[in-house]
Amino acid sequence: MRSVRLAWLSFRLGVLTALQYRANLAIQLLQSLMSVGVALAGVALVYSQTSRLAGWRQEELVGLIGVYMIVAGLLGLVIRPSMERLMEGVRLGTLDFTLTKPADAQLLVSVKQVEVWKAVDVAVGVVVLVFAVLRLGDRVGPDRALAFGFVLAAGVAIIYSFLLILATMAFWLVRLENILVIFGSMYEAGKWPIGIYPPWLRVALTLVVPVAFAITVPIEALTGRLEIATIAVTIGLAAAFLVAARWFWRFGLRHYTGASA
Amino acid sequence: MSRLLAVYRAKFRTELAIQLAYRGALAIWLIGIVLEPIVSLVVWTTVANGQGGAVGGFTAGEFAAYFTSLLIVNQLTFTWHFWFFEWRIREGFFSPLLLRPVHPIHNDVAENLTFKLLTGTIVVPVAIFLVVAFGATFQTQPWQIAAFVVALGLAMPLRFLAEWTLGAAAFWITRTGAINQAYSVVMLFLSGFLAPLALFPPAIQAVAAVLPFRWMVAFPVEVALGRLAPDQVLAGFAAQLAWIAGLVLVMRVVWAAGTRRYSAVGA
Repeated sequence: MRSVRLAWLSFRLGVLTALQYRANLAIQLLQSLMSVGVALAGVALVYSQTSRLAGWRQEELVGLIGVYMIVAGLLGLVIRPSMERLMEGVRLGTLDFTLTKPADAQLLVSVKQVEVWKAVDVAVGVVVLVFAVLRLGDRVGPDRALAFGFVLAAGVAIIYSFLLILATMAFWLVRLENILVIFGSMYEAGKWPIGIYPPWLRVALTLVVPVAFAITVPIEALTGRLEIATIAVTIGLAAAFLVAARWFWRFGLRHYTGASA
Repeated sequence: MSRLLAVYRAKFRTELAIQLAYRGALAIWLIGIVLEPIVSLVVWTTVANGQGGAVGGFTAGEFAAYFTSLLIVNQLTFTWHFWFFEWRIREGFFSPLLLRPVHPIHNDVAENLTFKLLTGTIVVPVAIFLVVAFGATFQTQPWQIAAFVVALGLAMPLRFLAEWTLGAAAFWITRTGAINQAYSVVMLFLSGFLAPLALFPPAIQAVAAVLPFRWMVAFPVEVALGRLAPDQVLAGFAAQLAWIAGLVLVMRVVWAAGTRRYSAVGA
């Protein structure tokens, strides 16, 4: 309970810092609308030539874009900036200040930096997703919505764990900021259903960089393409990822010597 | 002229040393640059195969040819300097460049060409791999290969001039990120990055023919694929030359006005 309160406090501090720069809201809004516009136009262009893309209907792909934006927003809101801050902290030695605090260090570093305007991405994504669901009509019942919620949470947990593992490597490799850029490029490929890619790329996007779980799998749940078993596997995998990331973080921490000391 | 060549030689040598020092950053650029055409390629081959093999006059093999040619053309024409203008002006990094006895654009041209030489050693093999892996089909005749070289040779200065002049907007505006992004969006649609322009509605195609974007990227790609007749190719060269001439003029005016405004922040 105390840790939840701490995380909330840290998050609130980040929000207050960001609120000082209100002009950035307009810029973020413009950027979010442009990126969603490009993605939707791409989908429209594809469906001007065909009615199905590997079995996917247009509304389903619009929903996929919505999920893509939501997850991108969640990552950009707190996870990515915090991981960048963590890696910088390892390099500069400022991580010392976090580690001396009497609370769980993993929690503290995970919510350290908030880029509040990325919430615009989430909002735009939700609008797009709701629009797509309405177009899908009565085919989305509460069972699918529930499955979607669980799988989306699991997908975000998997990506969070993955990024934490990457960031933890900074304890040994120090200069690693660019590795998040690679993740960004791979994430772009998630704009389309993973199933259309050739096997090697599909494997890369599922196992090497687990983008598939956060974008394709949730929308598959929403459109009723997922078996119960796959949902269970995704949630189980999320739990495994969380445990592994936790273990690796503590293992890495033991190798941290503090650059400033 | 020979003095400028000597400047370029010196700049190439130092740039090569600098850029080789950041090999990790190079590799990261490459993943982004290579993954993008693969995604488009996969999407459009899926569409073509789903529609019985061809869509909008493109077969799956021709889509593969289109996007691999696009990879090469983009590799040779892309610039990044306009993203850094704002930073350079804000931090005063233009001051030393302005003190040099050559126009700062030469510094950036040399930087650009060095980066391309380095990354080209990997992009070209990747393109060849894609041609084989996705079964790209070209209907190119020998004269079109020559025409492609010319089109590409004109597209490079055209895109460089346009984007460099765009970057100079930072002399007047402190935050140019949104402008640059808007430019990239327009570029995405009208230069054939998203899909061959032939697949777009006629209205957009008409707009694309008038604006410079098509002539920077899509035109050389279409020539490489052997989809253009001799008269279309010649008209394209004319459009490229006209835009280059116009942009040189605009660049000179903008640059002269911009440097007059430049107040060397950070100095």
